[in-house]
Amino acid sequence: MPVPPLLALRGIRKRFGAVEALADVELEIRAGEIVALMGDNGAGKSTLVKVIAGVSPADEGVVRWEGRTVRVRRPHEAHALGIATVFQDLALCDNLDVVGNLFLGRELRRAGLLDEVEMERRTRDLLGSLAIHVPDLRARVATLSGGQRQTVAISRSLVGEPRLLLLDEPTAALGVQQTSRFLDLVEMLRDRGVGVLLISQNMGDIKAVADRVAVLHLGRNNGFFDVSTASQEQIISSITGVTSPPGATRRTAHARRGER
Amino acid sequence: MNGLRRALRSGTEAAGRRLRGGEPGVLPVVVGVLVIWSVFQILNGNFLAPRNLSNLSVDIVGAGMIAVGVVFVLLIGEIDLSVGSVSGLAAALFAVLNVQHGMAEWLAVVIAVLSGAAVGSLHGFLIARVGAPAFVVTLAGLLGWNGLMLYVLGAGGTVNLDEDSLIGKLTGHYFHEVAAAYGLAAAGSVLCFLVYYRDRRRRRAAGMSHRPLAEIAVRTGAVALVAFSAAHVLNRFQGLPLALLAFLLVVGGLDLVLRRTRYGRKVYALGGGGEPARRAGIDVVRVRVSVFMLSGTMAAVGGLFLASRITSVSQTSGSSLLLMNVIAAAVIGGTSLFGGRGTTWSALLGMLVIQSIASGMSLLGIQSAVQFMITGGVLLAAVVIDTVARRTRREHGRA
Ligand SMILES: Nc1ncnc2c1ncn2[C@@H]1O[C@H](COP(=O)(O)OP(=O)(O)O)[C@@H](O)[C@H]1O
Ligand SMILES: [Mg+2]
Repeated sequence: MPVPPLLALRGIRKRFGAVEALADVELEIRAGEIVALMGDNGAGKSTLVKVIAGVSPADEGVVRWEGRTVRVRRPHEAHALGIATVFQDLALCDNLDVVGNLFLGRELRRAGLLDEVEMERRTRDLLGSLAIHVPDLRARVATLSGGQRQTVAISRSLVGEPRLLLLDEPTAALGVQQTSRFLDLVEMLRDRGVGVLLISQNMGDIKAVADRVAVLHLGRNNGFFDVSTASQEQIISSITGVTSPPGATRRTAHARRGER
Repeated sequence: MNGLRRALRSGTEAAGRRLRGGEPGVLPVVVGVLVIWSVFQILNGNFLAPRNLSNLSVDIVGAGMIAVGVVFVLLIGEIDLSVGSVSGLAAALFAVLNVQHGMAEWLAVVIAVLSGAAVGSLHGFLIARVGAPAFVVTLAGLLGWNGLMLYVLGAGGTVNLDEDSLIGKLTGHYFHEVAAAYGLAAAGSVLCFLVYYRDRRRRRAAGMSHRPLAEIAVRTGAVALVAFSAAHVLNRFQGLPLALLAFLLVVGGLDLVLRRTRYGRKVYALGGGGEPARRAGIDVVRVRVSVFMLSGTMAAVGGLFLASRITSVSQTSGSSLLLMNVIAAAVIGGTSLFGGRGTTWSALLGMLVIQSIASGMSLLGIQSAVQFMITGGVLLAAVVIDTVARRTRREHGRA
């Protein structure tokens, strides 16, 4: 029997009032694999991330974790499985400092009280290993720049040794050098067996690190590609909805929606 | 001496940096207390007399206990307008159960405090689970619980308490032994030093930046100076008041809870808006409910101390003036109305400002009209500082 994927989604559906943000979405992520999720603005990528992270659960559909059907309807249920997320809006607590944000919800304790020294030491080491410089670990994150905030959010996702990492446009505010360091890090995690879902608008980055690409268009699957064999044009036309490749999904996007 | 000078300089620089960065801390209110005390002492030589200061230290306890609960509520970015009425209700329950129905005193105290907790939980449930705005829910509480208090008190309207009873001793008992006040001052100073020193040792061992020894000496010295001066003054009157001891233990204990426990971290996290905290896996509803429960509990505790101070419960217990004072105290003490910043010490410091003004005014024989105006002005100043500080932080933040 083949090893079941780390995460498998089937028939995920999510509406916001009249807007059908996700319809019949499927996705599989294996351990030690980087899956890129691409799609135009409003395609439903962030919505899908929030479904998996238990932040805003699906209306319908099945989530399987290592083959087992699981419930992820609350953030801590996702955390318990080992799912860590960098949200597009970062979701940092502005009035906590860097250390407080990294360890929020899983603070280290010593004799029952918060162990600030150890948390700060680990924060420093983690940021150091990411080659990130934040001038003051005790500064409230509201006082940090956009790039710094993003690096804080990224570091936070790594604190608990996650098994599945959801990265929603994690490099949007990073510089070129920081981005390439970050991508190195993601590859390193993949090699350690972490499953990664990477959302990015940057085809170059995706080509460089991803193993597979899943495309969403108007809330529906619109193709899965193997990065080593698919051409850039194929992927782009699938993102823009010009094509809906055969066999991309069991039920391909409606022709009505495919054309615009 | 060189080290000392360096420590002083780095200390003032850090304070300046915090001010410019929009983190005023306790500095403005400490300066405020000193100014107020100087002014009243100049106007009336009795203000700083041991008797007056000792009374002041007991007078702040009742409302101060309530203000501690309000600090928690403000920290999560909410408001509780019901605390005055809840304190009156708890006191009335105690008085009626104990004095009129002859219930054992300790049992009546427990029931009074639990009723505060229950009322707070009810508010919390309606706010956090049902989603009703805290302003309206607790405004309804302000009216409703005051009504219930009047109902409980019944036709008589006033219940007198026994000065020698347990409840009377809450604010009537003093530890006359000189060693009590000095011992507390010494314990506080040593604790302060140990906390700083151990923190420094661990940080140094981990190769992290740490406070220089001279700075620790200066900080501990400042704490010791305040503590021993207070002990000296208290000992020149009746000694250490039990009420003050209780208040310090509550403020210190809840400060520890806020800053050094997971629960406290969750409370602060909620002050940054609920959503980030929720996504971090925090049970936001539960924390909110617990904070309103704590607020109700502290209101009840404060109500008992207030009743003890005047050894009676009457229809004027838990007035809206009390509500104004406790919220003003929290804000004057440096707790932000915008959530997420403040400590329990602001309840103590803010109450000290308000009660100092009240005490000084009554010494001078000035009517309460003027006192209200001045307290109102101080509150306004505190809110302006809070708002400006917040704007400064924002400008620093996103620049
Ligand atoms: N909380 C919400 N309420 C209403 N509509 C929403 C909400 N979140 C997302 N949507 C809608 O769902 C669709 C997908 O959004 P999103 O997942 O953010 O897209 P993407 O991340 O791919 O750009 C959009 O049409 C968006 O307007
Ligand atoms: Mg998005």
